[in-house]
Amino acid sequence: MSQRSIMPGFRPSLGFTVIYLSLVVLIPLSTLVFKSFELNWHDYVGIITNKRVLSSFRVSFSTALVAALIASFFGFITAWVLVRYSFIGKRFFHALIDFPFALPTAVAGIVLATIFQPSGFLGKLLIDTFGVQVAFKPLGIVMALIFISIPFVVRTVEPVLLEFESNMEEAASSLGATRLQVFSKIIFPNVFPALLTGFALAFARGVGEYGSVIFIAGNIPYISEIVPLLIVTKLEQYDEVGATAIALTMLVISFVLLLLINVLQLWVRKRSGQL
Amino acid sequence: MNAIPQPINPAKLVARQQVALQDADWVRWSLIAIAVSFISLFICLPLGLVIFQAFSKGIVAYWSALSQADTLAAINLTLLTALVTVPLNTVFGVAAAWAITRFDFKGKSLLTTLIDLPFSVSPVISGLIFVLLFGAEGWFGEWLMAHDVKIIFAVPGIILATLFITFPFVARQLIPLMQEMGTQEEEAALSLGAGGWKTFWAVTIPNVKWALLYGVLLCNARAMGEFGAVSVVSGHIRGLTNTLPLHVEVNYNDYNIVGAFASASILAALAVVTLILKSALEWKQGNR
Repeated sequence: MSQRSIMPGFRPSLGFTVIYLSLVVLIPLSTLVFKSFELNWHDYVGIITNKRVLSSFRVSFSTALVAALIASFFGFITAWVLVRYSFIGKRFFHALIDFPFALPTAVAGIVLATIFQPSGFLGKLLIDTFGVQVAFKPLGIVMALIFISIPFVVRTVEPVLLEFESNMEEAASSLGATRLQVFSKIIFPNVFPALLTGFALAFARGVGEYGSVIFIAGNIPYISEIVPLLIVTKLEQYDEVGATAIALTMLVISFVLLLLINVLQLWVRKRSGQL
Repeated sequence: MNAIPQPINPAKLVARQQVALQDADWVRWSLIAIAVSFISLFICLPLGLVIFQAFSKGIVAYWSALSQADTLAAINLTLLTALVTVPLNTVFGVAAAWAITRFDFKGKSLLTTLIDLPFSVSPVISGLIFVLLFGAEGWFGEWLMAHDVKIIFAVPGIILATLFITFPFVARQLIPLMQEMGTQEEEAALSLGAGGWKTFWAVTIPNVKWALLYGVLLCNARAMGEFGAVSVVSGHIRGLTNTLPLHVEVNYNDYNIVGAFASASILAALAVVTLILKSALEWKQGNR
């Protein structure tokens, strides 16, 4: 029911919104569900439990998890530094944080592959000094996903750190708390839910990421092949049903994980008295 | 849930500097060192490398790579795609923000959630769904074949996939701002006898213009740079269905490194211009 209001244009704006949303988003997305009806349970299980498919799920979810954890750690420090300290070039660094959002993923992909390939600037350095090869390994995927994840973490944590009232800190330290105690007992618990949100956003993006990963990953089946690439491969073989089964499974797992993170976040907020 | 978090205003950061500088010097400097090295390694280095690689064989090789017919066709297709998708999604964003923030109705929060949906779908899946609709085996496949209309592996497919991917950008920028603004100014204009459209153009639009511009900017950057979704529906036909990001991929896989990075440098320049405009808009908004 629309509210009685003197504001004009309720019907046309809502009507256009709903029709456009249905045409561009809802109807196309619904094909995923309808296509999967063409599949019986036995065939579906057969597709998903294929060894190569299972490996790609393991690769995608584990690299996204590790990358989101690393990005959360360094992203938190970056947000902290940007909000609380002043140093030369801070404005510049602040503006750069959004670069991974703005840079097309294919460009990010070839750039990272060039840096980390065995003959590349950092790739050579890492092999010569530590004997670690990054490109064409799961580690390469992690590197690409860290790049993609940075703005999600920094931009979610920054506003919360900024809004955080310093009088709580001052009260704690005037009562004799050490700096470390103030951080671990006062500041961190307040920022943690936001950090969790940033982590979840980064993780969700990482699982589905394609362009920035495929160049550096080497795409070796069972080792560095990600789920989105396998979907593309299936499509190139005109196996639309197989592609749909994998895509739907990936979507469902991602949604369940995001739901779990949301529940965890709620629990953390309740526990720290923010709700 | 999976929305792009909003950057905060850099103007606010300056104000905060003075407050809490109680950390020991060594803590402060080591944290700054960690953050700066992290950002330099993961952001400055890639940015520098695009420029370096593009010009590594000299400016002549750079220009000849850019002036190839296939490259020009890719640039044209990328511009065309943005030219169609950005205005459509802008009109949608404004209409959706108007309906959601100016009226109360059942299912409003569901509608807001659905608008964000494209953000939480993998780009590859965003392409896949259009293949399922319009591909040879798709819902409309036979009909399209009979009437000789090509959508998949053709330009319409690229435009549709881009439309899906960039769908939420403008709406996402406008909704929180218009919610916060409230309706008082518009109600005042209306009660003084201004018409609906007049109120919209003279009151609403001037109030939201920076956020609107910012949304359009992000929408455009993504429309020109989208790779995964477009890659699935394009078919990679050189000179016909390769957008600039796909052209980068094709060149790179052909070991034409200068060509790949020459095209990549255009896209990187687009990203840098987007960032500069964005910072400028943030200052404008912050200083208001």
